[in-house]
Amino acid sequence: MSILVVMEQRAIQGPPAWNRMSWETLAAGQQLARELQQPVSAAVLGQGIEALASELANRKLDRVYAVEHDLLKDYTPDTYSAAVRQLVEKTAARIVVFPHTYQVRDFLPKLATALGRVAVSDVIAHRVEDGQLVLVRQLFQGKLNVDVRFTGDPPYFASLQAGAYRADGLEAGSAALEKFAPQLAPPRTKPLDLFREAQRAVDLTAAEIIVSVGRGIKEADNIPIVQKLADALGAELAASRPICDSGWLPMERQVGSSGQTVAPKMYMAVGISGAIQHLVGMKGSKTIVAINKDANAPIFEVADYGIVGDLFQVVPALVEEIQKAKG
Amino acid sequence: MKIIVCIKQVPARDSQLRVAPSGAWIQEADLGYEINEPDAYALEEGLQLKEKHGGETVVLCAGPARAAQTIREALAKGADRAIHIEEDNLGAFDPLGAARLLAAALAPEKPDLVLTGLQSDDLGYGQTGVILAELLGLPHATIIMQVEKQDGSIRVKRELEDGWFQHVEMPLPALLTIQSGINKLRYATLMGIKKAKNKEIRTVSASALGAAVLSPSIELSRVYLPGRSKQTQLFDGPPKEAAAKLVEKLKFEARVI
Repeated sequence: MSILVVMEQRAIQGPPAWNRMSWETLAAGQQLARELQQPVSAAVLGQGIEALASELANRKLDRVYAVEHDLLKDYTPDTYSAAVRQLVEKTAARIVVFPHTYQVRDFLPKLATALGRVAVSDVIAHRVEDGQLVLVRQLFQGKLNVDVRFTGDPPYFASLQAGAYRADGLEAGSAALEKFAPQLAPPRTKPLDLFREAQRAVDLTAAEIIVSVGRGIKEADNIPIVQKLADALGAELAASRPICDSGWLPMERQVGSSGQTVAPKMYMAVGISGAIQHLVGMKGSKTIVAINKDANAPIFEVADYGIVGDLFQVVPALVEEIQKAKG
Repeated sequence: MKIIVCIKQVPARDSQLRVAPSGAWIQEADLGYEINEPDAYALEEGLQLKEKHGGETVVLCAGPARAAQTIREALAKGADRAIHIEEDNLGAFDPLGAARLLAAALAPEKPDLVLTGLQSDDLGYGQTGVILAELLGLPHATIIMQVEKQDGSIRVKRELEDGWFQHVEMPLPALLTIQSGINKLRYATLMGIKKAKNKEIRTVSASALGAAVLSPSIELSRVYLPGRSKQTQLFDGPPKEAAAKLVEKLKFEARVI
């Protein structure tokens, strides 16, 4: 009877380091523990993770599991799902939570399937009703929300969206540290080099103002319309993923989970509906302005100012007004 | 190489969605439908791999009768044949149940490579491909941006966070979930549309696959419009007026101009 938080570390350059989303998940685990009156433990998987495990043991947790094995040095879905499965069986955890990272997306559904369960992925909030856990997630790229309940037997698996919980609510304490050595077979997939594409020429994170363009721009030939707006504001031009996928702007101008994460003084989103993959890359901006024809577009949920309208009419008018204001 | 691409039909991107009176799903009447976008990229990848290495590209789709339209479009783009698991009540299946349907139709085909989009634009679990790999006992990799066939194996480029990528190698048969933007989508040609009319669509029912509805292990209990986390100041009226009001706020309130 317990809650288990599976933390994520990765060694890209240098020794293993935390994926920061893990701390938000840990805070959510502590919150669940209080609400459900169950103990919460946390686990870290890998090799050479003693320092990380010790750091984890300084939090208010029942136990910290250091799951170590040579085959966990580099991530593979086979080894990670087998290791977590064995830990879940050993601890008899009822609720197992993960950060919703690319790595978790790669192995959590496999792990849940192996146990005949369905993981609830990309959770944005939860509540407890009559002792029962209700999870909230998004549908239709954030246009709607849905309440999800587990109907079968535990263990219950869930992954939590970036930014859904706050890591600053973490409680300090001390936890018993326990080593766990899973039994692992060699994985079928062979992980090779980690790399970044050619050095980024554009550092969007340094920009004070960003004008960002999305699908609403309709075609490549219309890009100059928003470029004019960016020029009027002295802003960098950025884009949501579909624009870069289509090659209308280079990939290095992409904001979102797979592109750059920015927090400028002002972020002006033009024709961007605001799928979560985009929102996680910009919702920390100081002032957010949205221009979109759909009043229900999720971008308006995070916007300070907005115009519901046709960008092809609004943007030129805006350029004119900005030039006037700057006199 | 025999490639099976799993595709899903979803409400068109610009649909105005309304919650159904039951509160458990959306009102589906009057909606337009289209192929799930990441699946369109998976299909394109399947077609390009076939064109390069020979073999066959088969489309697999679970959905009600209306999904036949999306299947025809895939055939018009160049898929060789299709399997349609016709099921009106897919909502009764959780992701594991839906993947069991697909697995039951897939397994006898003995494909070398199975492709899916990385997630659906409607439910957005992002799980079907990985569940399917586990059910079929195949190695897998997700969020793929490049596929290179080697002798009996493949080498893929997996997208990670913050602009990082990783190469991964695995033996065939295998399953990959494909990221949007991996390739350039093609349009169906007139010739393709004509040819598609004579291509085979095999329709099977869920019950014929022996994969009836198991009791689902999760339940969607209520669908609703999300609340706003911020008070948004919205400006309306003619574009010029709205633009002027916005610029005034940006200058004197937000002080960013």
